[in-house]
Amino acid sequence: MSATTSPRRLAFAPNWPMRLALLALAVYTVWASTRLGLTWDRVAHGMGEGAKLLGRMVPPNFERWQLLLEGLLESLQIAVLASALGILISLPLSILAARNLSPLWIAGPVRGVIAVCRSLHYVIVAILFVKAIGFGALAGTAALVVASVGFIAKLFAEAIEEISMKQVEAIRATGAGVMKVIAYAVLPQVASRFIGFCLYQLDSNLRNSTLVGIVGAGGIGGTLFAAFKRFDYDFVAAILLSIIALIFLAEIISGRVRAALR
Amino acid sequence: MSATMTAAQGAPNGATLASATVLEIKGLVKEYSAGKPVLKGIDVAVPAEGITAIIGPSGTGKSTLIRCINRLVEPTSGSIRLHGAELTGLRGRNLRLARRRIGMVFQEYNLVERLTVMENVLSGRLGYVPLWRAWLRKYPEEDIQRAFMLLDAVGLPEHATRRADALSGGQRQRVGIARALMQRPEILLADEPTSSLDPRTAVEVLELLTRLTAAEGVPVIINIHNVDLAKRFARRIIGMSGGSVIFDGPPEELEQHHLRAIYGGEDWL
Repeated sequence: MSATTSPRRLAFAPNWPMRLALLALAVYTVWASTRLGLTWDRVAHGMGEGAKLLGRMVPPNFERWQLLLEGLLESLQIAVLASALGILISLPLSILAARNLSPLWIAGPVRGVIAVCRSLHYVIVAILFVKAIGFGALAGTAALVVASVGFIAKLFAEAIEEISMKQVEAIRATGAGVMKVIAYAVLPQVASRFIGFCLYQLDSNLRNSTLVGIVGAGGIGGTLFAAFKRFDYDFVAAILLSIIALIFLAEIISGRVRAALR
Repeated sequence: MSATMTAAQGAPNGATLASATVLEIKGLVKEYSAGKPVLKGIDVAVPAEGITAIIGPSGTGKSTLIRCINRLVEPTSGSIRLHGAELTGLRGRNLRLARRRIGMVFQEYNLVERLTVMENVLSGRLGYVPLWRAWLRKYPEEDIQRAFMLLDAVGLPEHATRRADALSGGQRQRVGIARALMQRPEILLADEPTSSLDPRTAVEVLELLTRLTAAEGVPVIINIHNVDLAKRFARRIIGMSGGSVIFDGPPEELEQHHLRAIYGGEDWL
């Protein structure tokens, strides 16, 4: 009975900021598309060009397979080496950056270093290294090491900040020093997540290593860029298919490893 | 080692409060925020034998008191002496050397969940073994034998290679006790060791703790909510309320009016 007499009660408060934000986003999207001249004519023209390019890509041309394989292997080596070095550097950095283990005057600056590693896109870093140390795989590897540190050191540090401090406290209470606490109370809690991050980083380094060659930092990217410049679109198609196959293979392998670790 | 020997030799009938003292706390004050002391000048002398139980309402500083002893909590002022040696103010290596002489059992066991039972027990030796042995799990044969002996003693002989997170609460606390005794401590601190356990397991764990520490001659300080268990297992009871000690004596002398003073009210009695 009281329901008919009392005013209607709202179970959920109206979220006006969210409604306004969505409206603003919709308006901006429409406005931006008109500014860029995205008309249906332009889209239709682009589709035609795309069809021509696709036509020149089939059938893919695997005649220069040696060149292709050489590039792919170099990319693979860059990826593996960069991942290994990146992980090695990230381990100590992440412990220093974890605010539950390190005092703020250490964690703060270390976090800054990691943020700088992450802030520049790896292609820009690769260009810098090419200018600094010359063309080739070394520049690509160095660029991907920087990218790896920026990414996994942050993930590692966040994983460390989520550990149970009770276990740390118990190990400290035995009279263990910092390195023993890390070995017995920190690493056991984060090891399986660390391995997951490492596999993920290897995956993405493999992808990224195919690109750094475009700026002259070694790997299949250089071959790809050269093929584009000579309008060898059938060879381009062969390279792209090979890269896709390599990435798929890596995904399958790392998926298996992850499943085995669980 | 020598310290536990003297403790064992202390007094044949350790029931008298005049027996040797292992730990002497004087004027201990802890303020988490300035001007609001949680501990208001605690004076306690812990006998070198048997179980000393600290009882009192939640939030009265029992846990803080115990954690000040092994410096998991930093005391604001006062003195804590273990066998005459001052513990407050120790830093770095000296603090670690002091901590390895003090075993600790936690309310929520605080085992390293993803390590095996054996690794957890052996971690009690971390204050003694060099770093490379700790990292490579190359513990001295003597330590490994003692770890197996302690696992037998706490009733978990078959569980050495199981991961700690596969154990039940009672089993975990047994591992916790084995880890603490692995240190060959001169004193053992137990912070609400049975509060997360069912009543029967709680009694079993306390019986185990009493038996093993008596056999090794290790005195125990235990924080405990359950007054009946405290009276049953302790030789000495310290009643705290509002950050001060308001009862200190053998369990026979703890009467209703003391409990009223410690916990307040009387409806619950």
